Amino acid sequence: MPPDQRQRDYWRANLMLTAALLMVWLLVTFVPVYYARELNAIKFFGWPLAFYMGAQGSLIVYVLVIGIYALTMNRIDRKYGVQEPD
Amino acid sequence: MALDMIAFRRRLRTVYGWYAGGFALFVLMLALAERVGMPHKWIGYVFMFATIALYASIGVLSRTADVSEYYVAGRRVPGFFNGMATAADWMSAASFIGLAGSLYLGGYQGLAFVLGWTGGYVLVALLLAPYLRRFGQFTIPDYLGARYGGNLARFMGSIGTVLASFIYVVAQIYGVGLITSRFVGLEFEIGVFVGLAGVLVCSFLGGMRAVTWTQVAQYIVLLVAYLVPVVMLSYKVTGVPVPQAVYGGVLEKLTRKEEALFDSPKEAEVRALFKQRADELGRKIDGLPQSLSDERKRLLQRLEDVKQRSNASATSVSAAARALRDLPPNPEAARETWSATRLELEAKAQHPQPHAAAYPGSDAEDGATMRVNFIALVIVLMIGTASLPHILMRYYTTPSVREARESVFWSLLFIFLLYITAPAYAVFAKWEVYNDLVGTHISALPAWIASWGKVGLVKVFDINGDGILQLAELTLDSDVIVLATPEIAGLPYVVSGLVAAGGLAAALSTADGLLLTISSALSHDVYYRVLNPNASTQRRLVISKSLLLMVAVVAAFTATRRPEHILFMVGLAFSVAAATFFPALVCGVFWKRANKWGAVLGMLCGLAVTVYYCVITHPFFGGSMAAAWFGISPISAGIFGIPVGFAVLIVVSLLSREPDAQTLDLVDQIRYPAELRAPAHSQLP
Repeated sequence: MPPDQRQRDYWRANLMLTAALLMVWLLVTFVPVYYARELNAIKFFGWPLAFYMGAQGSLIVYVLVIGIYALTMNRIDRKYGVQEPD
Repeated sequence: MALDMIAFRRRLRTVYGWYAGGFALFVLMLALAERVGMPHKWIGYVFMFATIALYASIGVLSRTADVSEYYVAGRRVPGFFNGMATAADWMSAASFIGLAGSLYLGGYQGLAFVLGWTGGYVLVALLLAPYLRRFGQFTIPDYLGARYGGNLARFMGSIGTVLASFIYVVAQIYGVGLITSRFVGLEFEIGVFVGLAGVLVCSFLGGMRAVTWTQVAQYIVLLVAYLVPVVMLSYKVTGVPVPQAVYGGVLEKLTRKEEALFDSPKEAEVRALFKQRADELGRKIDGLPQSLSDERKRLLQRLEDVKQRSNASATSVSAAARALRDLPPNPEAARETWSATRLELEAKAQHPQPHAAAYPGSDAEDGATMRVNFIALVIVLMIGTASLPHILMRYYTTPSVREARESVFWSLLFIFLLYITAPAYAVFAKWEVYNDLVGTHISALPAWIASWGKVGLVKVFDINGDGILQLAELTLDSDVIVLATPEIAGLPYVVSGLVAAGGLAAALSTADGLLLTISSALSHDVYYRVLNPNASTQRRLVISKSLLLMVAVVAAFTATRRPEHILFMVGLAFSVAAATFFPALVCGVFWKRANKWGAVLGMLCGLAVTVYYCVITHPFFGGSMAAAWFGISPISAGIFGIPVGFAVLIVVSLLSREPDAQTLDLVDQIRYPAELRAPAHSQLP
């Protein structure tokens, strides 16, 4: 049975969110890593910036990305009336 | 939510609240006991046996004979607690003991592990966990089998699961042996089997249910054990007990200290001496086989001389005899050992690099290779994290898809707490070593140098004979940073005991999860689904439990052989898992056209390329870095396997038939909530 319109919409919303968050993940991981030498010249509360990102900054963003995904998916579920009971 | 579920959650919070309080009280009582004179050895025993007894009793209380309870803990683990269990499952002996040490030794370069082992959870959360939960079977091969039409894909998945998990479990049991032998003074082999008993009571009796509730308890122990020493060290150095927030300032001071220290004349002198020794050894290696027989003659002569002396002590005679005995027996062996020693000496002769320096290569090209390797390692560790079956399996245990999504958030948050602490550990330990240790008299070195020296983790070699320790004269093993920090900071022994208990919890919890994953792959996927689909429930559990026992004993036996390249093997597990599973898992959800042959051949080729690259580049298999592609080191072999796996999956899928309607339906079921499917009549025009 092919998916109906509502399912396609739900899936598209999910894909957009996933793609956007993956982009954030990609940037926050690889930009500081690739330009580590240049960024290390900048100081951030004592840390060289690239070191800070690798040791703490990027990790905070990862936690936030997953949190935002969980919350937004809950919202999408509610919008489509398919939220699971908690 | 059903009422019994609410009551269940409330009870969980109460039980673990009391448990955490009880554990704190237990540690405080031991601290008091130490004050009034309890011997260190007894503190070690109490910590080890009390925690193992605790885990075992949780195992006994959670025993079960129900298939759903045994494989997926009845699917009623709330997201928060599943997060804790996943974190314990995830953080292995290597994370707990080795990570801070790798950061100490590698500085910025070590951060590839921190990034890789946390960033991978973004992939788990966005690409896999919710879909696997909605699919809702028991194992990862279950999913591969259902999505890719049958037993071939399932079987490939089982092989990959067993391969990646077995290497990993051996490393955990090895870690248990190390901890028990160092802190409690048991024989390494006995320690291995004591730890094994702790693991087995748990997973054997209660499967996933027992493993889950034990892992939650173990997470609390390992987090406390990891934080306490570094919090106290941070308070000692900066006056602020939040190491993660203040070590930036210490790093800044450390960098200035490094500048002054590295270029001091004494350090330069010591490095030059090491270089000289390395060159001498190089000449000897070039002069083989003649140089070996010369060396033997020289040592024989010395032994004779010592014996001739009338006042020769027994120790000097035995030392001379030992030097002779340790001489490699033939030129091939001499080439091998001498080359290894020469590498060590040359490493000591290198000018050290500042802690925070990124890719400090000797020239631009070398720096670029370091950067490529860093990036490759981060990618492989992230994708490997998102492909390890024992982690993915945990997301089958939550009550709903929603809780699976939230559970990944809790998992990463609990892992994050430990991983942002590891770099702080390294910086504080380095600060202490550079300030308090370097420059002291060899005779006045603190006691921990000698006690960890005995087990070979610390080496001091006063090469210039000035009686003072220079930085280059000190060799620290990466394991020693976490294990010895309590002593480095001058904390009471009870903190050391706590650290040992934490390391034990980390190793046992990971071993538990892995053993269960292996035995499920064998009993559920290979036996029940492929060999004997008519097996009764009871029979399946019996098979599963006996396999678990067998795998555990084989793993313990392998660990007692003390495999030398264990850390490399663990790194390899990530590459293997990533290249084998990731393309098939992700395409299974996001690309409907992916089919059986694409997936099977993709898994095979990904695995083959990864293994092939390791074989041609790692000395363990007789390869060498001369054969490397783009200078990528063998630990990141998956960086070639992953794209090959994807490419083969896509090309072969497109060349062969589209999946059947039933499979397409399954993908739809995985993608949307079941309730979203409108009733059939509404689709009529």
